[in-house]
Amino acid sequence: MDQYSTIISGFGGQGVILTGKIIARTGMEEGMEVTWLPSYGPEMRGGTANCTAIISSDLIGSPVVTEPSSLIAFNKPSLDKFGSRVQEDGLIVLNSSLIDDCSTAESNNVIPLPVNEIAKGLGNQKVINMVALGGWSKASGKLSLSALKKGMKLTLEESGKAKFVEINEKALEEGYEAAKEESLASTT
Amino acid sequence: MGEKKLMRGNEAIAEAAIRAGCRNYFAYPITPQAELLQWMAENMSEQENGTFLQAESEIGAISMVYGAASTGERTMTSSSSPGISLKQEGISYIAGSELPAVIVNIMRGGPGLGNIQPAQGDYFQATKGGGHGDYRLIALAPSTVPEAAELTFEAFNLADKYRNPVIILADGMIGQMMEPVELPSPVDTSDFPSKPWATTGKNGRKSNTIRSFALGAEDLKSINQDLQEKYRKIKEAETRYEEIGVEDPDVLLVAFGTVARIARSTRRLAKEEGIDVGIFRPITLWPFPGDRLSELSRKVDTVFTVEMNAGQMVEDVRLSINSDINTPFYGEQGGVVPDPSRILEEVKKYV
Amino acid sequence: MSEKAVAENTGKMKKVFDKPETLNDQQFSYCPGCHHGVINRLIAEAIDELGIQDTTVGTAPVGCSVFMYKWFDIDVIQPAHGRVSAVATGAKRARPDLTVFAYQGDGDFASIGTNNSAHAANRGENITTFFINNTLYGMTGGEMAPTTLIGQKTTTSPQGRTAKDFGYPMKMSEMLAELDGPTYITRQAVYDVKRIDQAKAAIKKAFRFQMEDKGYSLIEFLSACPINWGMDPAEANERIREEVEEVYPLGDIIERS
Repeated sequence: MDQYSTIISGFGGQGVILTGKIIARTGMEEGMEVTWLPSYGPEMRGGTANCTAIISSDLIGSPVVTEPSSLIAFNKPSLDKFGSRVQEDGLIVLNSSLIDDCSTAESNNVIPLPVNEIAKGLGNQKVINMVALGGWSKASGKLSLSALKKGMKLTLEESGKAKFVEINEKALEEGYEAAKEESLASTT
Repeated sequence: MGEKKLMRGNEAIAEAAIRAGCRNYFAYPITPQAELLQWMAENMSEQENGTFLQAESEIGAISMVYGAASTGERTMTSSSSPGISLKQEGISYIAGSELPAVIVNIMRGGPGLGNIQPAQGDYFQATKGGGHGDYRLIALAPSTVPEAAELTFEAFNLADKYRNPVIILADGMIGQMMEPVELPSPVDTSDFPSKPWATTGKNGRKSNTIRSFALGAEDLKSINQDLQEKYRKIKEAETRYEEIGVEDPDVLLVAFGTVARIARSTRRLAKEEGIDVGIFRPITLWPFPGDRLSELSRKVDTVFTVEMNAGQMVEDVRLSINSDINTPFYGEQGGVVPDPSRILEEVKKYV
Repeated sequence: MSEKAVAENTGKMKKVFDKPETLNDQQFSYCPGCHHGVINRLIAEAIDELGIQDTTVGTAPVGCSVFMYKWFDIDVIQPAHGRVSAVATGAKRARPDLTVFAYQGDGDFASIGTNNSAHAANRGENITTFFINNTLYGMTGGEMAPTTLIGQKTTTSPQGRTAKDFGYPMKMSEMLAELDGPTYITRQAVYDVKRIDQAKAAIKKAFRFQMEDKGYSLIEFLSACPINWGMDPAEANERIREEVEEVYPLGDIIERS
């Protein structure tokens, strides 16, 4: 792997920032070079809070990415904004609970996941980001489920949120499983 | 060196300062350096004799730095472009009174209120004065988060060594992004150089004065000559830069800070197309590593400068080279971060 | 002959007056009748009597205050115009064991430095501020200050200050007394022996508050500037008593120890 970049985008409150940090943190724990860059400008209003996480085997030059390797889109404005920028062979994980129209997802590998419903099933709407991240793990194959669990645990513990580790682990697992089924479905 | 942590640039700078023995921090909130202030608020009070004070204004903050630095204690303030403009009065006094202090500028777009996106428009301000009178700051420009921590740590040593203010010139991207950082181990404050000049109460010795004031023309001239002599020494001993592939490149690219790391991506892209782009990265913007750049420029036809401004460092580049080779410039402004492939396009015009 | 020489040469006489230890041998260069010299001396005497010469740091900025470092035998910091309260704050926060005082004129404290002055007071910074109010800018040539009285002629209010164009005399001490931060705010004068004695007692009290960690003190001095007022020293003293005190009454404004 040279360099793998992911843009995570959604409404404020959908856990976008944390998702990116967990990718970066997990990459670091796995011995990779990593960067994480938030958008801190006016983009934070108007529907898309986003951040960029890069994991790489080499030193990372620009932390800004115009054509990401993958996109996790939690809402329609995010998909509209970044869907056409994803690399041709790249990956898009999208929140099918909120996105019906996937026409702006210009990629050969689109994984729609009903993350709101899955999270609801787990009894906590806040974990939609980890459901999506679990799906991203399966579909991208860049960071394993167990590695992400560890990265998530460390990240939450450091910010004093250790009590949420268990539910987030479940969310990662559910997302991973759902993506497995989704990719099976799309290949058959 | 200690453990590896994933940190924002702003946080890494704050923590590195604490580990360098900074116990006095005064600042005023401004984006995109707010996390630095917040980190200090949370962590400085846990230090023995640590002072965190949110000042009434940027001018208040730099004035508090002046007072605290007068006692010889390690002292810092931080801000972003518009705030740094307000601090210029105090910076001139600190330089004129020869006080060690560290000032962090997490640059944003200007002029005026501008915006809060990353920019490099304060190069002139940091390297050519900014405030009134003949003075220089040692200006350090990190291009990664770990380097921001390293240079902040080092800034306190340089400030003490030369009794001179040091500015960390980073931008919103370095301040906001996270990278793994290996933080330096906390210094042993008993190793600090003694500061017999400090105003700590005369306590049996001759009384000390911290001032930038000398009414007589000859007196002030002599103070200025001493300053210039000190600046010559700093130039001799502290000029720093990084070189990547500068032996025989097709084009030598000069960039600092954020743009220099983007240039690494450009170098990689260029390689795929069979073009060899070398990178010369000034780490000290003042003193500017002009002599070394001049040497390197003899081996190439084009020295290409890229900045996130309308062309500021490029003036120093051209002054240093002073020959007939091409010295083109490409800049982005307003918070637009140059794209590696866009830089390559520009570079290709000269290959 | 200097006072010292008189005392030494007349063996029969008892020495009743000497220069404070905290002042060095440099002569003041203040104008005749100016009150800075008296106030400087009172501060020096107070430092002597409290035994804090070795641990005191003074901060004095520009204008007529700028020369403090020349005749005070203590450590002195010279801040930028108006920044004295903030610089004193920095020094005191860095070294709480020191006694730190600020010495500022009215242009400094009440005009260009108002923001810094008010916030240091509001934080209750444990510093002592001496605010020299002579109702104008002395050093630069007698310009109008925020403290200039209505009708007072200065080089920038040649027809006399009008409230309509320039506002009213700024009562900094009363203003700051409205805040919860300050511990002690008083207004003093030094035009006669009685007031000099009272002023010195106030200075010592303010220093003591700082030494006892009780917080911010402000002593405003109504000070004469005969040269810029176009008066002789006696007339200038008279003006303070007759006119200036009318607007800025003497006495303690708050004491919350």
